[in-house]
Amino acid sequence: MRVDTAPPATTPAPSDGDDGGPTLDRGRSITPVELARRADWIRLQTIELIDRAGLGHYSSTFSSAEVFATLYYRTLRLRPSDPAWPDRDRFLLGKGHAATGLWPVLADLGFFPTEWLDTFGTAGTALNDHPDMLRAPGIDFSSGSLGQNLSVGTGIALAGRLQERDYRTFVLTGDGELQEGQVWEAVMAASHYRLGNLVAVVDANGFSGSGPTSDAMGIEPLAARFESFGWAVREIDGHDPEALLSAFDTLPDPSAEQPVCVIARTRKGKGVRMMEEAPQAWHLGHLGPDLRRQVVEEISGRMP
Amino acid sequence: MTAMQEGAHVPSVEESDEPKMRDVFSDVPTDTGLATDPAGVVIAELGDADPRILTLSADVGVTLAEFRSRHPERYIEMGIAETNSISVAAGLAASGFVPYVFSMSAFGVLKTAEQLRTGAAYNRLPVRLVGRLTGLAMGFFGTSHHAVEDVAVARAITGLSVVAPADAQSVISLMRATVDREGPVYIRIAEDAQPVYAEPPTYRPGELLRVREGADVTLVGHGMGVGLALRAAARLAEEGVQAEVLDAAWLKPFDAEGVVASARSTGAILTIEDHDVVGGLASMVAEAVGRAGVAAALGSIALPDERLEVGVPAQLYERYGLTVPNVAAQAKALLGR
Repeated sequence: MRVDTAPPATTPAPSDGDDGGPTLDRGRSITPVELARRADWIRLQTIELIDRAGLGHYSSTFSSAEVFATLYYRTLRLRPSDPAWPDRDRFLLGKGHAATGLWPVLADLGFFPTEWLDTFGTAGTALNDHPDMLRAPGIDFSSGSLGQNLSVGTGIALAGRLQERDYRTFVLTGDGELQEGQVWEAVMAASHYRLGNLVAVVDANGFSGSGPTSDAMGIEPLAARFESFGWAVREIDGHDPEALLSAFDTLPDPSAEQPVCVIARTRKGKGVRMMEEAPQAWHLGHLGPDLRRQVVEEISGRMP
Repeated sequence: MTAMQEGAHVPSVEESDEPKMRDVFSDVPTDTGLATDPAGVVIAELGDADPRILTLSADVGVTLAEFRSRHPERYIEMGIAETNSISVAAGLAASGFVPYVFSMSAFGVLKTAEQLRTGAAYNRLPVRLVGRLTGLAMGFFGTSHHAVEDVAVARAITGLSVVAPADAQSVISLMRATVDREGPVYIRIAEDAQPVYAEPPTYRPGELLRVREGADVTLVGHGMGVGLALRAAARLAEEGVQAEVLDAAWLKPFDAEGVVASARSTGAILTIEDHDVVGGLASMVAEAVGRAGVAAALGSIALPDERLEVGVPAQLYERYGLTVPNVAAQAKALLGR
């Protein structure tokens, strides 16, 4: 069965850059309805990619879908034809196991040919289950080992300060990832160095690989913890397009002196009822043909 | 061969001539005319010439005082947080800088092995980890402060270069030579090394450097092992034994061919290092010679795979045989003399 994965007609027209190709500017136009549709498109694409590989992280990717859509179609300043452009905004996928949802986005924006998606799950592909910066254009840093990317993002944000560039660095972490002690070393360092050009986005879907996050190790109260480390915190519904647009549209200027944490309260498996009801079962799995048809119909049926 | 000198004498506290712990943090003797820690001097000079160079200190700021005074904007204090230091350095390296993380060897590699592998080496980023106070240099501080497994761990990481300078001049040479090397580099600074070179030697990356020619036995070491080997070779010469001395400062990539050639030439190789006998130079030489199928007598002076004694370094070197007389004795034993 072939899934209708035609991208929504919201792909922005890029503006011309001054040298290395067209730039996608910050604050591109996208309506909340278009954003919701884009997120569901990411879900459908994810289902198709996982089908090729035979195994994948559905529910973790689905909880991040609206965040991906907002950052890549609204917030980030990018130059897809020049992925190493020094002034681009950076995005680090701390929860690297959600990379499957990133590949169709990067292809759609022009970082690499859409045909590359056909190689997903095959030997030699540039598009791993966890992202590899040496293989895939548009990946600002590799990930896969939880707990390290907020430190790396702190280094990239420090570099921005030293080079007097105005890019922002976004790091998307899972909530279970916050159990890694190194995260808090980075949280401490980022406020010590007053990195207002650093934005941590927590995909707080409440579940880790083996169960509810806070049953394994309590991480709450997240907002109070980040605030006590000197960060500015915004807590939003991570599936509400209007809330996401508002949170990211009103980030302080990168020259500000307080790092920002956006706690996106999400549902693991969001957008597919059976996955929302059994998020652990779909942390890693594969939809057979019947379930796949049912899930695709559920998602496609609500897309405007 | 046992790595421990049998019947080694451990001085008791009553003895008046017992060695004392020196201030390993602020007074690092080099015996070569350099006033302070060579790594600290070299990094300041490198920083003068190259604006990409940053230093990150995991609570070892004393070494970086000169760099900090010259380039305060490029000195980054990381606090007591080694893992964060390496990952932050990886982010800086991904942004065009060449960051040098200074740490104590006991903590630098072991605490950060995964960050070094996944963040720096896997992504081929030019992070440099400078580990001070290797081996038993902090022997008095406790077993926690012994840095004796770092080479074994570091050399298992694909893409991580490992250098262990033989003396202060060697530090200068290797730190200069590795600024532009692809991927991360671990630089293992042995403060207790005795002088080997009168000026910065010229290494070829990944190759052994022959310090002395000799046909009877090969003495190969890294860090403080080279100075011990050179002095032992002089003693052996007085007894009619000509020892070849090799400086294995480049531990990764490692010159297996050079080791094999020397094994063919002398038929006997003794390794000398302030590192555990597991996984360091002793293992590397045995692997190289064994794989090549060369028949050679192998010996190792290294730290035994056991809970090590705590004490002033000079006492511990006596205890574990990292002395000139023991190197000479073990070399002769290897030759059946």
